[in-house]
Amino acid sequence: MLQQRMTGAEIVLKALVDQGVEVVFGYPGGAVLPLYDAIFKQNRIRHILTRHEQAAVHAAEGYARSTGKVGVVLVTSGPGATNAVTGLLDALLDSVPLVCLSGQVPTQLIGTDAFQEADTTGITRPCTKHNYLVKDVETLAGVMHEAFHVARTGRPGPVVVDLPKNVQVAEGTYIQAEQVRHKSYRPPVKGDATQIEKAVALMASAKRPVFYCGGGVVNSGPAACAALADLVHATGYPITLTLQGLGAFPASDSQFLGMLGMHGTYEANLAMHGCDVMVAIGARFDDRVTGKIDGFAPNAQIIHVDVDAASINKNVHSDIAIIGDAGSVIADMRVVWEAQGYRPDAEALTQWWRQIDTWRARKCLAFGASDTVIKPQLAIKRLHELSKHLDTYITTEVGQHQMWAAQHFPFDQPQHWMTSGGLGTMGYGFPSALGVQIAHPESLVVCIAGEASFMMNMQEIATAVQYQLPVKVFILNNCYMGMVRQWQELLHGSRYSESHTEALPDIVKLADAFGATGMVVSNPAELDATITRMIETPGPVLVDVRVDPFENCFPMIPSGATHDNMLLGELVGGRGPAVTEAGKGLV
Amino acid sequence: MRGTNVTQISELSESHTIAVLVDNEAGVLGRVIGLFSGRGYNIESLTVSEVDHRERLSRINIVTTGTPMVIEQIKAQLGRLVPIHRVRDLTSDGPSVQRELALVKVASTGERRVESLRIADIFRARVVDSTNESFVFEIVGKTGKLDAFIRLMEPLGLIDVSRTGVAAISRGMDSL
Ligand SMILES: Cc1ncc(C[n+]2csc(CCOP(=O)(O)OP(=O)(O)O)c2C)c(N)n1
Ligand SMILES: [Mg+2]
Repeated sequence: MLQQRMTGAEIVLKALVDQGVEVVFGYPGGAVLPLYDAIFKQNRIRHILTRHEQAAVHAAEGYARSTGKVGVVLVTSGPGATNAVTGLLDALLDSVPLVCLSGQVPTQLIGTDAFQEADTTGITRPCTKHNYLVKDVETLAGVMHEAFHVARTGRPGPVVVDLPKNVQVAEGTYIQAEQVRHKSYRPPVKGDATQIEKAVALMASAKRPVFYCGGGVVNSGPAACAALADLVHATGYPITLTLQGLGAFPASDSQFLGMLGMHGTYEANLAMHGCDVMVAIGARFDDRVTGKIDGFAPNAQIIHVDVDAASINKNVHSDIAIIGDAGSVIADMRVVWEAQGYRPDAEALTQWWRQIDTWRARKCLAFGASDTVIKPQLAIKRLHELSKHLDTYITTEVGQHQMWAAQHFPFDQPQHWMTSGGLGTMGYGFPSALGVQIAHPESLVVCIAGEASFMMNMQEIATAVQYQLPVKVFILNNCYMGMVRQWQELLHGSRYSESHTEALPDIVKLADAFGATGMVVSNPAELDATITRMIETPGPVLVDVRVDPFENCFPMIPSGATHDNMLLGELVGGRGPAVTEAGKGLV
Repeated sequence: MRGTNVTQISELSESHTIAVLVDNEAGVLGRVIGLFSGRGYNIESLTVSEVDHRERLSRINIVTTGTPMVIEQIKAQLGRLVPIHRVRDLTSDGPSVQRELALVKVASTGERRVESLRIADIFRARVVDSTNESFVFEIVGKTGKLDAFIRLMEPLGLIDVSRTGVAAISRGMDSL
């Protein structure tokens, strides 16, 4: 085979092209100038200049989550790399495949406290699935291909490749991806057949079953989601989804109970609490989902399917564990269900659904009506109504608005919902939306934001304007860090310590200053017209939706409580138990 | 119905020796140690050395304590690290041999000096350095034996100890 000699920077670019990369989100600096020069000299890969490295990572996350591809980031050494850290951890906790290339000082200066030197592999080790420091250009092509392989397979995650400047200019040999075989990394795919048979037999014997599925199904791909729907329909069992799983099963389907967990629905949480068989697929029993662990699903036998062996028996003991890719295991389960001629216990299932319907009848997501002030839940419902004829992607920031979006904006398809769940990163939503829009230029991309979160990465308006990305930022402005205020109301005697968002900018003028369009609405009667105008206005639009500042997000399982101890909104039966002293110490 | 949560399963901490085969590349020990400190696991002993120079593979032996569920987590988390080839629990996967080496320095004269030699003899510790007022003993054995020897040396002028940590290997035919 002909050996191709090229510079390190050229090797990086060629590896990106060979890996199918079309776009890189980044920010230049001294330690990556050779890479930026290589970008300048080619036209296969598009570079999107964000205004902050954290935003570059979130944009790459939005791109990755809405396409299933690996998102790519390029940052300089030192401050460039440290600015990327929050995004990397965000991607790690939400299992988003990324490759982040960072510049590094030349190898001979490493360890000397050189200008803009940071121990990037050291700093990012606990924030990545894996990382590399490339000291020899001859290993560069292999590392690049390996990085993509590690990022996208198994449980996906971010991978950092740290590139000293001298390696970028040194000449080396390019090798193809097919020539690289990792020495030790072997992610599981197929689940154990005997375990699957045991699991399906247990499923068939269930009297009060529930499917509890998460982001692992979405990550496994649209085919896995279709297979899930098929299995759920074949059994007739109820299904609940985690925050990251929304869209993995159609929200409009009658078997869907809504999201579960801290702000999940009454019916989903009580079904979890009362079930006798739980089928957990691609979900990790996070504390926001389980509530008080000692009282979690007290009568359940648990089947847990996960591609990550470390997720099994981490927080909750499972009775049947299956390590494998969600899509593959679901398909195998379906085959066993059919082959064994299993039928659900019809009588028990009818009773179970009757019970669930009484819980549904509480209408736990109901909220008050007002003709003087916009209710944030209403704003989201209207946004859905007025955009459902379009291919709509939603990203969110973090706070009450995020939970209301999860509750009130239904998703029938996967990969249309991007939110920071594991890390809960304010400032995620807006740059993430830019990445989604890059991937789907013809679609409607809306970031449902809180005014406080938006300000954490609002410099990205410039990015949106530069590339004319028609992202719509739908700011539910309650003049509070609403989620903080809600906790202070419930736990700290309504002492609103530092949670009022003072000195907010005028959103319309702000948009104008950047060359975007701004709108403001406070009258419920004008809400629909404003949303329609937002959708129809070309280019980036910021909408300041002035909502009820004292609305709280219910249902809520307070810290330290179990699924059957939910706080409900005043409309639907009001307050549950008070938060315990022990609960106050929990996050 | 049996409980499903972590705390009900078992509260009892056990000591386990875990052997890990890793690529001997920069940062790999940092990954293992970072995993233990970041997730709050204990390290009682840790040894690391290259065992296959051609393939550049290192073996790490870790002695740790935790409930059975935590031990399972530790193994799963180790198995997830990209440069790790194999993880083996030498405590639960059949019998194993465990050895540690210590160098123990005792400074004393007269009756205490004689007594230290006598005890060293009982423990089959060797003298590897001596002056008129000191000995360095080399002792090999299980951790408990070394602990006992060092305890006995304390009143006899113990001034310095250096221990290797545990090296462990399974008994019988199978390999890591
Ligand atoms: C970077 C970061 N800092 C702090 C927090 C803690 N936090 C969680 S929600 C929240 C308030 C968010 O306010 P806003 O964006 O206005 O949303 P709202 O809750 O009002 O809808 C804060 C401060 C966080 N999640 N992320
Ligand atoms: Mg707010």
